[in-house]
Amino acid sequence: MARKKIREYNSKRLLKEHLKRLAGIDLDIKSAQVNEKTDFTALADAEPWLNTSRLVVKPDMLFGKRGKSGLVALNLDLSGVEAFVKERLGKEVEMQGCKGPITTFIVEPFVPHDDEYYLSIVSERLGTAVSFSECGGIEIEENWDKVKTVVVPTEKTLDSELIAPLIATLPLEVRPVIEQFLQGVFSVYIDLDFTLLEMNPFTLVNGTPYPLDMRGELDDTAAFKQFKKWGGVEFPLPFGRTMSPAEEKIHQLDEKTGASLKLTILNPKGRIWTMVAGGGASVIYADTVGDLGYADELGNYAEYSGAPNEQETLHYARSLIDVATANPDGRPRALLIGGGIANFTDVAATFSGIIRALREKQAQLKAANMQIYVRRGGPNYQKGLQKMRELGEELGISIEVYGPEATMTGICKQAIDHVKVTA
Amino acid sequence: MASGQLFSRSSQALFYNYKQSPIQRMLDFDFLCGRDTPSVAGIINPGSDGFQKLFFGQEEIAIPVHGAIAAACKAHPTADVFINFASFRSAFASSMEALQQSTIRVVAIIAEGVPEGDAKKLIAYARANNKVVIGPATVGGIQAGAFKIGDTAGTLDNIVACKLYRPGSVGFVSKSGGMSNEMYNVLARVTDGLYEGIAIGGDAYPGSTLSDHVLRYNNIPQIKLIVVLGELGGRDEYSLVEALQQGLVKKPVVAWVSGTCATLFKSEVQFGHAGAKSGGEMESAQAKNNALKLAGAIVPASFEHFEQAIKETYDGLVKDKVIVPVESTKPPTVPEDLNVAIKNGRVRAPTHIVSTICDDRGEEPTYAGVPMSTIIEKDFGLGDVISLLWFKRSLPRYCTKFIEMCIMLCADHGPCVSGAHNTIVTSRAGKDLVSCLVSGLLTIGPRFGGAIDDAARYFKEAYDKGLSPDAFVESMKKRGIRVPGIGHRIKSRDNRDKRVELLQKYARTHFPSVRYMEYAVTVENYTLSKAANLVLNVDGCIGSLFLDLLVSCSMFNQQEIDEIIEIGYLNGLFVLARSIGLIGHTFDQKRLKQPLYRHPWEDVLYTKY
Repeated sequence: MARKKIREYNSKRLLKEHLKRLAGIDLDIKSAQVNEKTDFTALADAEPWLNTSRLVVKPDMLFGKRGKSGLVALNLDLSGVEAFVKERLGKEVEMQGCKGPITTFIVEPFVPHDDEYYLSIVSERLGTAVSFSECGGIEIEENWDKVKTVVVPTEKTLDSELIAPLIATLPLEVRPVIEQFLQGVFSVYIDLDFTLLEMNPFTLVNGTPYPLDMRGELDDTAAFKQFKKWGGVEFPLPFGRTMSPAEEKIHQLDEKTGASLKLTILNPKGRIWTMVAGGGASVIYADTVGDLGYADELGNYAEYSGAPNEQETLHYARSLIDVATANPDGRPRALLIGGGIANFTDVAATFSGIIRALREKQAQLKAANMQIYVRRGGPNYQKGLQKMRELGEELGISIEVYGPEATMTGICKQAIDHVKVTA
Repeated sequence: MASGQLFSRSSQALFYNYKQSPIQRMLDFDFLCGRDTPSVAGIINPGSDGFQKLFFGQEEIAIPVHGAIAAACKAHPTADVFINFASFRSAFASSMEALQQSTIRVVAIIAEGVPEGDAKKLIAYARANNKVVIGPATVGGIQAGAFKIGDTAGTLDNIVACKLYRPGSVGFVSKSGGMSNEMYNVLARVTDGLYEGIAIGGDAYPGSTLSDHVLRYNNIPQIKLIVVLGELGGRDEYSLVEALQQGLVKKPVVAWVSGTCATLFKSEVQFGHAGAKSGGEMESAQAKNNALKLAGAIVPASFEHFEQAIKETYDGLVKDKVIVPVESTKPPTVPEDLNVAIKNGRVRAPTHIVSTICDDRGEEPTYAGVPMSTIIEKDFGLGDVISLLWFKRSLPRYCTKFIEMCIMLCADHGPCVSGAHNTIVTSRAGKDLVSCLVSGLLTIGPRFGGAIDDAARYFKEAYDKGLSPDAFVESMKKRGIRVPGIGHRIKSRDNRDKRVELLQKYARTHFPSVRYMEYAVTVENYTLSKAANLVLNVDGCIGSLFLDLLVSCSMFNQQEIDEIIEIGYLNGLFVLARSIGLIGHTFDQKRLKQPLYRHPWEDVLYTKY
């Protein structure tokens, strides 16, 4: 599933370990992770510098602008850190429109410094963009015109010629060390399949680079060849995205299968629910409900593809139907079992798991006043659609069934009319 | 990147990683289009050579299989498309190797989950060497009436319904493979159909982009109208915007970027495609749709209006005589596969094998209807399993215990008997377990271990006819047949075979009746009067007792009993039992590292007569 943000703690851990391996640069990074399970005494035993240094503590939650939001505490001792954490752990904050509790902090030595350098490395289609500025830090956006960028073409290294424009204005005495550092970080980035790596800022301590603030993203499709080097890195959910039990269940199902099974609840009280085959089609169904002006009634985004087996679609459909039929209020609801015309997925086979789930949940569906709309094409679709029609009669639930002769999203309009007219 | 046609009616592909169904679908498409040659020239299956049988219309053809990419390219120098069905783990290495072959121009990568860094290397190599990568994470693409990649466009019914067997006037490109098939259907409804369609794949960095293909379509004269279906995430659509702004595309472009719903999500969401990630205003569907519209593309208000926008644009082109709609022709009918026809209940065919003793199709295997869990939970023994699989019924425990006793008693009889001897010699010749076992088993027959059935047969015949022991023995003598089950090389009247005694004792205690065995004993009494070694041997004992078992348990009718004796079930007991010993001898010799056995000259009489 591609680019995944990792915690600052892990970004620094990977950088320290692999910068030494790849470039022979030994960074004096010390950092400790703190969450609700942390025992401060045990932590201080494992990381003795916590008791001997002045410390910095900040949330490690994949969001930025922490300094500007007053979430960074400087120059504390360990008890000060503990108090800071205790006061904020589990408390909800709002960052860039996303609300969520703070669960994880990073604690590091407090490093007084003057110089603040900015470095970012980002993947592009034809290469990797390396941006650098000697005016980094909290005001980087105000100083964006001072940021210099070079693009390293794929399969090339950040050699002296490419790096020259980035460091041209640096004082001579720091130029070599920063050049080496940038080159080293670049090689770590490529070697570990990072897709983004940013330090804002890093500074120099006794002439050695020291990242103060760092964020990273890894390409998780590379996990099959990187898992050793990554060493059990965690991929937390984006900040503010907490999972409901149903989402959690399907997320776990998705991790275990070669197929793709996705569920995002948008509005638990929504009256239009979707269960759509295919990455492309699923987005278009959600779009269409929104484009027709009923975004606020859309309960979820859901996608299944890659030929999940009957057992998988059964579990998937069960969880989805449970959420869609929760808290019946007598008002009509609609479930869209949609999809385009499959290339190779056997429609009857994938429907059989869904049909089992619908049969199991007959009473719930009726109680929720659920009307079902089906649209699908592809291998063996006639049989799949026929089974759906028969199921409707068997269960006494209205199931409207369409094949490739109908437009793909026609059932969205029908569902809207259904929940609207009888509302 | 090629600037015009990628495929033609004579294009041929090499197919990496043998997958029967997509290859057959390609060949069926070829047949529908009336191609002269199959579109798959060769298959690459790492490490194996030979050929695969596939259908080209009614005819079966052999497609060569090669073990390595370079060898396949050498053997098929005109095949310039490489269709890669490797897994996401190995897709990069095989695709790179394919790109490096001078004969390959286009590489299509089906796998989903190829690392971004790897995809970028393929992109860089392809750009530097003027080659085309389609995918990763795609179903491929199709040139109507000419060439189709793998599973693109699905079933034959769909290909016919979407008129993909002959070229139309529309060039189509999208990210999504599933949606491209849906759009072929839409295009068949409102235009004269597809000319070429490519699904570039849902990844962040597809090998070739929407604009790469739009620019190519602009150079293909048969394409009069270009339809693009984009998706939120990434900035790919902006290269198309630039191309439109620069006036590089002269043909009308109808475009829609899906993902307008992303604004509904409060936090960042990863949709089904890797590249479809909400976040970043520029990458939103709304922004891209606006930019495309401003750059001159025809952009509908929503996906619901996409079909109408395509129709209006197409109708305008027909009215302006830019498009002369293609006449529809009727494609040939591709013969249906037998398994599909059977599955759909359209034909019936007789089965070629019947089996009645077991079934492995359900939740757990059954032996004669008894599920494996019952066998284990109810503490069944080996004899019970034999009873189920050989006799298809659960015999009473005293019977199955008797079967087990027979097997235990006959499991081995020393290294000198012919079976064990053969096994030992074979094992010492360095042969494998199965060879050692069968070389021993092959000695079982009329002279060695094969007398149980015959003993049962003759005792039964004589007893059922009411022949007295002396009349029976003398009649056998007249027929020139030695009484099977009587006589032993070593054992005699005063040195009875312990095995016989044990079986007789068990049967007398547990069997309701032992009349056949008692008859055999009276025969033995008569033969012992002739010679001391004409004792009832273990074969005769088992043979006669098995008759008693079959008759006295009253679970078999007369016809079944005759059949069991006739077919030779009872020798099965000996074969099964002795296999245990023969396997033991094999292992024994191997463990002892015994050298090749050679019979000494001194032990052979060399003579002319």
